[in-house]
Amino acid sequence: MPTKNYAGTRYSELAEINTENVKNLQVAFTFSLGVNRGQESSPLVVGGTLYVVSPYPNILYALDLTQPGAPLKWQYNPKAMAASQGVACCDTVNRGPTYADGKIFFNTLDAYTVAVNAETGEELWKTKIGEINMGETMTMAPLVAKDKVLVGISGGEYGVRGFIEALDANTGRSVWKAYSTGPDQDVKIGPSFKPFYDQDKGKDLGVATWPPSAWQQGGGSVWGFVTYDPDQNLIFYGTGNPGPWNPNQRPGDNKWTAGVFARDLDTGEARWYYQWNAHDLHDWDGINENILVDLTWNGQPRKVLVHPDRNGLLYIVDRTTGEVLSANFYHAVNSHTGVDLSTGKVKVVADKYPVQGRVLRGVCPTAPGAKDWSPSAFSHKSGLLYIPHNNLCMDWESMEANYIAGTPYVGAEVRSIPGPGGHMGELSAWDLIQGKEVWTINERFPVWGGVVATAGDLIFYGNMEGWFKAVDARTGEVLWQFKTSSGIIGQPTTYRGPDGKQYVAILSGVGGWAGSIVSGDLDPRDGTAALGFVNAMRDLKNVTTKGGTLYVFKLP
Amino acid sequence: MNRIVAPAGIFLLLVLGACEREERAFRADPIATETEEKIALVPLSPGSGPPVEHRTGKGKEYEDNAYHVAQGKRLYTWFNCNGCHSNGGGGSGPPLMDDRWIYGGQIENIVQTIREGRPNGMPSFRGKVPDDQIWELAAYVRSMSGNVAKDVAPGRNDDMHPRPAENREPDSPPVAGGSIPPSAEMPQ
Repeated sequence: MPTKNYAGTRYSELAEINTENVKNLQVAFTFSLGVNRGQESSPLVVGGTLYVVSPYPNILYALDLTQPGAPLKWQYNPKAMAASQGVACCDTVNRGPTYADGKIFFNTLDAYTVAVNAETGEELWKTKIGEINMGETMTMAPLVAKDKVLVGISGGEYGVRGFIEALDANTGRSVWKAYSTGPDQDVKIGPSFKPFYDQDKGKDLGVATWPPSAWQQGGGSVWGFVTYDPDQNLIFYGTGNPGPWNPNQRPGDNKWTAGVFARDLDTGEARWYYQWNAHDLHDWDGINENILVDLTWNGQPRKVLVHPDRNGLLYIVDRTTGEVLSANFYHAVNSHTGVDLSTGKVKVVADKYPVQGRVLRGVCPTAPGAKDWSPSAFSHKSGLLYIPHNNLCMDWESMEANYIAGTPYVGAEVRSIPGPGGHMGELSAWDLIQGKEVWTINERFPVWGGVVATAGDLIFYGNMEGWFKAVDARTGEVLWQFKTSSGIIGQPTTYRGPDGKQYVAILSGVGGWAGSIVSGDLDPRDGTAALGFVNAMRDLKNVTTKGGTLYVFKLP
Repeated sequence: MNRIVAPAGIFLLLVLGACEREERAFRADPIATETEEKIALVPLSPGSGPPVEHRTGKGKEYEDNAYHVAQGKRLYTWFNCNGCHSNGGGGSGPPLMDDRWIYGGQIENIVQTIREGRPNGMPSFRGKVPDDQIWELAAYVRSMSGNVAKDVAPGRNDDMHPRPAENREPDSPPVAGGSIPPSAEMPQ
């Protein structure tokens, strides 16, 4: 699976490539995906086969690793509707396939979940999850746990009503479905729901914390990575921003958007919930990864989840109760002053509260947040968390948004600007116990892809200029780098090949929200293009071009 | 005497002349009617000479009229066009302020694009937006790339200043090239 394990650590025990020999890393083979859009996906290796899925039209390729040059074994084209590209907010990305029990599962942009025979490429089932005419698309990587495939809907910029759904892995039939807004019954909140904070207790808060009927198009999409704790039989996932972005149109806490749910895998019943950003002000989806780690906290063993949020805070949450143990800033923030640990609420700075028709200047962090979807890795060896993130601020003006089903529902003009220091991205190593940064690497552009940590004390990641890098996990020293054909926004994979050797794989191909100026041929003269990201990314066109290539590296 | 009247007369003529940019039919066509524009999507037509086209003249009526273009600008936000195309720079949809037009840059092409939709994500708005408003939208879209007269195009916004105002936009007539065709974006 793209997250490497249920805990989502993205930590590999492979240590053949280490800090000493990584400088010799060289290209083993490459493969063109034939689609020049943002490559946010993760190559997946099962046995002797490498699977990779392209951005729209979401073609799944299987490469035979047992043969020299890894020739194509088969390809499967789900023939997703071309029109779905028009309701995908931020490039036509896909975040990866996943494997279980002889099947490859992935989602298509036109909102189907597909299961394919991993040996033959034959379609086993295909289930419609959402409706593109309502603005619903799918971009996330499914998680398979026991016999269930967990998938969620994208479309937080189109006024969708977000949900997560569990499908039977063998048949594709729906087992349960839980919405992110609306009455308790729809949200699957029942007697077993025991949130830690008072703000999350009460009846039908998914209705009561909204203006009348606004929850019906209230967002809370589910498009990040899902993690699973087998001991508690709980899944953890975040919910997206409330719709529209303009907060003046939706007074209230807007439950259950921009938070994290713990649900029973078998029934979907919610166990607890915590809202990262009540009444979200700046498009801060709560979908960033929840990595499951067992820590010794103040002398006590605690089962926690670790979550770097868009709001610039690194949360450590007790995953059995939903109690926030700590929340420290990993990014320069001026729009709030952190969390009040007694109530669980973020303390908002009053003059950064958007008022309709007024331009707020220099709000930090920006709409994509201190960190967007780009998944972190946790190394059990170094004990550090490696966070790929942004360094961006913005100007923001709230405007009235009209809800027209299937069209954008945003209501904000945004211009992103580089954060303090002028660089726009960072890879930071974070000490969870001390609650502070150990080292950081500044990047010119946002670090929009994922990270892999290995037992060889290496961290792999790529930047939007196209460099794929190996970094010393303890010092942050760049030990090796290779310039790929296009900017990197993908998730690296490391695997042991059929020949017993360790390989590292990455997709190169710029795009995503940050890179859509290149992948979507946008006009840099309009700073508000791509929901305001273009303002900061004007130079990207001079640095890289579109691409779609898999690179695989090995030692000589 | 004549020395005063002549300049005054010329001045009056100029003032009245400028009113043309405001002149319009006050009763719009019925909502469901559509003009029958005979328009080509491409400059290519076998043999010598361009494709055969016939325009009803409605396009010019809208494009040359400040009221229609201003209404188009209001409707552009009202119908959430800006959600995909931003203030002309594009987003999930292509930019509208540049000189590249995948489906044709004449106002009749743009009207067709809004009415019928286009295969890679442009929705069809036929039956959702009244026809005269589609023409107003298309006229405004033309102004985003400086393709209407300067005295017709809108001035700068009262809101966040995202780009130079439409009436300061340099003329950038449609160029039939420079875009990557969909066939280069995906395997067939």
